[in-house]
Amino acid sequence: MSRSRLLPLTGIAAALAAWQIAIMLRPSLIPGPIAVARGIGELAVRGLLVKYVVASLFRVTWGYLAALVIAIPLGLLLGMGRIGEMAANPILQILRPISPLAWIPIAILWFGVGDVSAIFLIFLAALLPMTVATMNAVHNIDPVHLAAARNFGIPLRARMRDVLIPAILPQLIVAMRIALGVAWLVVVAAEMIAVNSGLGFLIVDARNAGNRYDLVVAGMVLIGLVGIVLDLLMRRLERLDSVRWGYASE
Amino acid sequence: MKVQFSDVSMRFGAMEVLQHITLGAEEGEFLCIVGPSGCGKSTLLNIAGGFLAPGSGSVTIDGEPVTAPDRRRIFVFQERGVFPWLTVEGNIGFGLFDMDEAGREARVAQYIDLVGLKGFEKSYPRELSGGMKQRVEVARALAVNPDVLFLDEPFGALDSITRLQMRSELLRIWRAERKTVLFVTHDIEESVQLADRVVVMSARPGRIRRVVDIDIPHPRDLSSRRYIELRDLIFGEIGLAHQV
Repeated sequence: MSRSRLLPLTGIAAALAAWQIAIMLRPSLIPGPIAVARGIGELAVRGLLVKYVVASLFRVTWGYLAALVIAIPLGLLLGMGRIGEMAANPILQILRPISPLAWIPIAILWFGVGDVSAIFLIFLAALLPMTVATMNAVHNIDPVHLAAARNFGIPLRARMRDVLIPAILPQLIVAMRIALGVAWLVVVAAEMIAVNSGLGFLIVDARNAGNRYDLVVAGMVLIGLVGIVLDLLMRRLERLDSVRWGYASE
Repeated sequence: MKVQFSDVSMRFGAMEVLQHITLGAEEGEFLCIVGPSGCGKSTLLNIAGGFLAPGSGSVTIDGEPVTAPDRRRIFVFQERGVFPWLTVEGNIGFGLFDMDEAGREARVAQYIDLVGLKGFEKSYPRELSGGMKQRVEVARALAVNPDVLFLDEPFGALDSITRLQMRSELLRIWRAERKTVLFVTHDIEESVQLADRVVVMSARPGRIRRVVDIDIPHPRDLSSRRYIELRDLIFGEIGLAHQV
């Protein structure tokens, strides 16, 4: 096996071993890896594993897509016109440090307890970073490319399609990857309050219904695993031929 | 005159960049503009390209005042002007949005051939050397059949061997296509190798010190007496002794 595969596996094995040793020394700490694996097995048998993962992914998908649909055109608009950016930037900067979780009461006020509130929180979490990243990406376009596009006199629509969008795409994909990570963080938190399915719900529910800490940790492990899969999928986009130029390590 | 600068002056804030530039380039002429760094030669070219408005004076092409960039006259930047997200084909066909598919393909193939990039049609710029990227940019400019080319130190980022090759390529293409060329460089040798006339500019604020006719037929012998004479004349004009 190659080094690049062996080393990560060694790291995981070492972490599992440390975990096992720790709970042998202090059994009350948290459930051990074997108990957690059994917990995941139990969830799978009861049909909850797939159901909860799908429920969480469903919320992320809609919240995240809605954010992209609004943030990218908005960011383009703000990035192209100095005036729009100057007007919008302060409010974006003020909203940015407010955790999406601070919106929970307002989300419940507007949308009640349920899916829509959770989706709204995810939408908010992805919206601001995507808008700001799109705006910055437009600012970072090499002026030479814009000058060339002007020189050839190509019409506005073609200029969008052939210059503006491809020029920002590498940065946009990185921002989309980061925003998806944030969305995944937030869905779990949102599900702890507002809904009755999903991995966040699993964690709270397992504790409330009989202190099943093996299932709590099982939920955490699943969140991590799904998160890494999402990230790997997004990373594949960075290997598209038309965006590879934008990453320095090439 | 194809391109005519009439008493063009330019300042950026308090800094005077160009002073009273009057200069004409004839149809089909290869004109080099040389001068020390910061003498305003790039600014002059940008004004002719329509990217900058002159502070005073005017530029006309075919008698029409230049007010904006136009696809009949294309600006060639250093090789970073190619679009890194498009293939060689995509770059060269970039300006041909108004042609139908078949015409476009034929035109792209013609210019890929002209600049010697056959076999690299599907390559991306990151897979090409600096010289090849520069060829793509020249081909992209020529493909729209402009009547004037503005080149702003196009070979400045290339190594010296590639630079020499690119110069003879450019001359070959210029002979084939007969465009009016305005070529800015700080390389005196380069100007004497390429130009019909060399415009020598002073340090900032840029003025025209002298216009030198290069009366050596192509292909030019770089060790001929006339070549060395003209080269040294320009060196002297810029105030450089040709010694290291």
